[in-house]
This record gives sequence, C-alpha cells and structure tokens, in this order.
Amino acid sequence: MTIEFSENDKARLLEDTIAGRLPDAGGRFGPFGGRYVPETLVPALERLTEGVRQHLADPAFLERFRHELATWVGRPTPLTEAPNLGRAWGAPVWLKREDLAHTGAHKINNAIGQALLAKRLGARRVIAETGAGQHGVASAAACARVGLPCTVYMGAVDVERQAPNVDRMRRLGAEVHAVQSGDRTLRSAIDEALRDWVSDPAGTYYLLGSAVGPHPYPYLVRELHCVIGRESREQMLAAAGALPDAVFACVGGGSNAIGLFHPMVGDREVALIGVEAGGLGGGLGQHSATLSRGRPGVLQGAYTLLLQDDDGQVQGTHSISAGLDYPGVGPEHALLKSIGRVDYIAASDEDALDALNECCALEGILPALETAHAFAGAREWARRNPGRRILIGLSGRGDKDMPTLTKFPMEARHAAA
Amino acid sequence: MQPHERITDSLRQANAAGRPGLVAFLTAGHPSPAGFLPALQAIAAEADVVEIGVPFSDPMADGMTIQRASQSAIAQGVSLRWIFEQLGGRDFEPEAPLLLMSYLNPLLNFGYERLAARAAEVGVCGFIVPDLPLEESAPLRDALEAQGVGLVQMVTPATPLARAKVLCEASRGFVYAVTMTGITGGSRGLPEGVAEYLDRVSGVSPLPVCAGFGIREPAQVRLIGEHAAGAVVGSALVEVLEEGADPGVFLRGLRGKAA
Repeated sequence: MTIEFSENDKARLLEDTIAGRLPDAGGRFGPFGGRYVPETLVPALERLTEGVRQHLADPAFLERFRHELATWVGRPTPLTEAPNLGRAWGAPVWLKREDLAHTGAHKINNAIGQALLAKRLGARRVIAETGAGQHGVASAAACARVGLPCTVYMGAVDVERQAPNVDRMRRLGAEVHAVQSGDRTLRSAIDEALRDWVSDPAGTYYLLGSAVGPHPYPYLVRELHCVIGRESREQMLAAAGALPDAVFACVGGGSNAIGLFHPMVGDREVALIGVEAGGLGGGLGQHSATLSRGRPGVLQGAYTLLLQDDDGQVQGTHSISAGLDYPGVGPEHALLKSIGRVDYIAASDEDALDALNECCALEGILPALETAHAFAGAREWARRNPGRRILIGLSGRGDKDMPTLTKFPMEARHAAA
Repeated sequence: MQPHERITDSLRQANAAGRPGLVAFLTAGHPSPAGFLPALQAIAAEADVVEIGVPFSDPMADGMTIQRASQSAIAQGVSLRWIFEQLGGRDFEPEAPLLLMSYLNPLLNFGYERLAARAAEVGVCGFIVPDLPLEESAPLRDALEAQGVGLVQMVTPATPLARAKVLCEASRGFVYAVTMTGITGGSRGLPEGVAEYLDRVSGVSPLPVCAGFGIREPAQVRLIGEHAAGAVVGSALVEVLEEGADPGVFLRGLRGKAA
C-alpha cells in the first residue's frame, strides 16, 4: 500500500500548501491527517477546533502570545554564523538558535501558545506527553506561567535516559508519570495521555507536543512554531543577503521541522531537508526513519506514514535520541514528502554523535542529540554541494543528554580547529 | 437475513425471552492460540453476540487487561489473517453471531474489499472499530455494507444527543453505548446517571443498545437490562480466561442464573 501522486496532483497540493489552504475542513493535508479517535474525544476535538479557529484569529490572543514569546521565551532567537563548521565542511553555515529559547528548545513556542489557549478554553488541568523531556519541561513551565496544573506522561525508558529533565519538570510543578506499558518510549506516552484524556474530555486540555495526532493538532502546532521559519527567513536575508540554499531540521514527529520549513515552502529555490533517526541500521526495530521507510497507516489519530509490519502492527523503533524515537510522523510531512517538496534522509546514531562532538568542539555549542541528526545530514550534503549556504535548525540544547553522552567518550579528532 | 441483521435479531430474541442480551468479548488467541476456538465455542453457547478482539500494538481506548491480552496475542503470532484462518477452519457453528473488534490500522492494511469478502465468508457479521469516528468511516462502511456486514457505532456520555441520534441511525447490528468517559476494564462501577443516559440513547435508537465498559457483576447487568437491550462484558471475561476458569460459568453467573 503506497500512495502515488500524478505530477498534476503534486503541483496542485504544493500550491494549496503555499496558499495556506491545508489542512482542509476535514483536517487533511491531501490524503494525510484526519481525525481517527474514539467517539469520546470527538466533541472535545470539535470544541478545540472551534477554539483554535476563534482564538488564533483574535488580535488580543495573538498579542498576548507575541508578548509571552518576546518577554518570557526570549524571541526572536538569534541566527548564529558558524564559521568553523563552515571551514570544516567547505560551505557557509548558519544556525537558528532555538536552543537559546526559554527551557532550551523550540518546544516552548507551542507549549506557551497552547497553555494560553487552554486557559481561554476554561480547562481545569493540562496533560502532556514527552519523549526527550523537552516538551514536558516546556509544558510544565508554560502551565506554571498561566496557572494550570500539569501532568506529564513519559515512557519509563525515557525517564531514565533523560533524567535531568524529569527533575526539572517536577521542580516546575508538574506531576510526572513513568509509563510502563507498550514500548515505554514516546509512543506509549502518547497512548497513555490519550487514555487520560478519554477519561475527562471536558475538563482536561491535552497539550500535544508535536505536529502529530488528530486534527486540529498538526495545524495548531505548526501555526505556533512557524515563528521559527519566519524569523529565520528575515535573519538570513539580513545576515547573508540571501535565503539559504538548503535548510536542515531533524524530524521525529516533526514540530521544529514544520515550523522552520512551512514559511519557506513557497521559496522553491530553497532545498528543504528533514533528517530522521537512522539509528543502528535499516533492520526491523533498528531505526525511526518513518518518512524514509514507512507506509501509510493510522496511528494515534492521524492517517500518515508509519513504521509497521505487514499486519499493520506498529513497529518498535530505535534512536539514540528519545525525541526522534517514534514510529509515526506529522501528516504534513507525509504530504511534503509525497509531493517531493521536502527531502527526507536519515542519519545514524554514530553520525549524530560525531556531529554533536564536532559542533561542541568547533562552535562551542552542545546541541541536543535530536538536533545533531540535522548537523549530520547537513555535513553530508555540504560534501556534495561545496560553497552552498546552509541553514540548520538548532532545535534544542544537549544538556539533557549528558546521561547518554557520558557513555560515549569524546573523540580527539574534533578538538580545536 | 443480512449478516448484520443476525446480530440485531439475536439481541431481540434475548429480550423477547425476558432477559438482557449479553455481548461477550475475548481477545483472539489469548491466553493461548490453541485455546481460541474452544473458548469461542464455549462463549458463543452462552452469549447472544461474541466480539472477537483483533490484537493491536497501540490499543489507546483500552485499559491494562486488554493491553496485556493484545501484547501477548501479538507475541504469539496472532493477526487478522490468523483469525480468519482459524474461523475458516472451525468444525462447529457458533451459536451466536460473531463480531470483530479491531483498531483501524490492521483493517486498513488488510484492504477493505478483501476484508469485507473474507469476513462474510467466515461468518463475521459486523465490526467495531474504536478509533474510527463516523466522519472518517465511509470507505470501510461502504465496503462492509456491500457484503451485508455491519459497522457498529459507539456513543458515549460525552456525545450530544443530536449526534447520538445520527450515530444510532448510522449503526448496524446494535449501538454500543459506552457507559463512562474512560477506557475499558475499569473497576469503579457504573457512573451516576447511567440509567438516564441509557434511556436517552435507547430513546433515539432504532437498534438495540448495548452498554459496555467496566461491567463485571450480575447486578450491573440487571440494572443495564432495565434501560438497554444488553450489556457488553470484555475485560472481566478476558481475566476469567486468563485464570483458566470456565467462561460459560462466568457468563451464566453474570445473567444471574445458577452456575
């Protein structure tokens, strides 16, 4: 089961994307997306969709959101030129510094936006899932800021490998549940958050952290993150006098990537490249490269590309980075791949670690392991495209990864350029 | 009689005989694949409708019991294909009509046309798909209808009455009224106001209404029987099978008959 588009369909769907006509009224990005949820959640999603339609068009709401982004999150985040990486790679490199946003990753844009929305919609409590812990921390912080209690579901495997973030969430007032069911990573955390939501669909607001799930989440999360791409575009024009030739972002569920890519989809001369987790290799359960290797299916509310077996059972995944360790992907990415507007490639655990070390040594920046995949992909591309301008979405900082990184001693070869 | 009408008919016969209908659920191949057909036969001898669970890796509407059962069945090689093979190869005619309960993705992978044909061939009369709301259901519904196989719609306490009416009219076989906002397998008992809720749903439904989620005791079945056509028992029966106890005895006990 694959989906093939004619050239006409591809062109039409690209036009629809650029013109902002997607998702359509049914929450579809072409064939992808939709709303595959238990009946209990349908009224809640309809209320949310109506709330999104109303509040995201309300100047007062948008002004409050912008104010929080400017004075609490610290936007705009800087664009940093990376001359040492540029020399090493033979191509000029700029970094969009979401690692400098409050709580250390892009996740906070969405978290504060949705927390403000939850408050407006009269929610009594907020629940969230988290993989790497960045969305959990961002949700905990945003809920403290707006004054709502927050419960975070996190896979037990991730609780262990992202321990510093668990302590941060609790310090910020969130209740953290270690999820022991399923594969005990991000996917199980989402399943468990959905089970919680089904139990109290009227009073609980589900603050979903990636551009995945049922409509309207892929749209809502994208809209709240598009500030990344809009700022990057302006900053590149100011700093380099031109748009980048290629833009790189890591893709798990795909929230930072869609925020960075979406405002540049219409800049057709700009290559957009998403980098997934190639893990340990191409075998079953060894990677999380959904767009590169997945087939269409329905998981956690949306029709999208999935890693699954012939019976439609969702596969186990692997990535050194908890935030990319997910067998699905946002439906808009599935569309952008299918129509050929974005290329999706995979970087292995080893390449990501190596790229992380290189960025530390050459630019004095410790990126998150998730983000390091984007660096690995960009480095490989630079080798084949010398001299071309590269922009990398530096989606988060790597402090949270120290428990994993201490298991991999730094190699000497990147030390001081 | 169309396959989906057999489900309706079986529930109406139970009511005509003065008892609440009983829809009994088991996860296919759990606790053991070899025990599937014997368990099915025993359950079908006592229940009015049998709901066979197709295991899925991400059962988001289910509690711990059915999560555990699904994982165990998948680990033992149970799949939709396997279930159809077993049903096709059985040497008995179940005394109650059969339904499959499956999340959408295994059905999507199987292919809807093929699914409907195979279901009709092995005597499956209907489907329950917990992650397929009415708005997304047309492709599957149309494929099943072509074979006379029904797609059961679910209503919940969160469903506004106008929407409940639409769901009841679109349903086939029966209407599955979820007793509580929550997941399967709860042990909190039935929520306050369940009688009024079931009366409301029954009032707008042209089909028998069966209430499910959290049903474990004869008193609950009795209460539901006063306000709906029947009760669905799932997690509690799966636990009985896990313990190796006799499902027939348990189901008779639920009906309040002497074991």
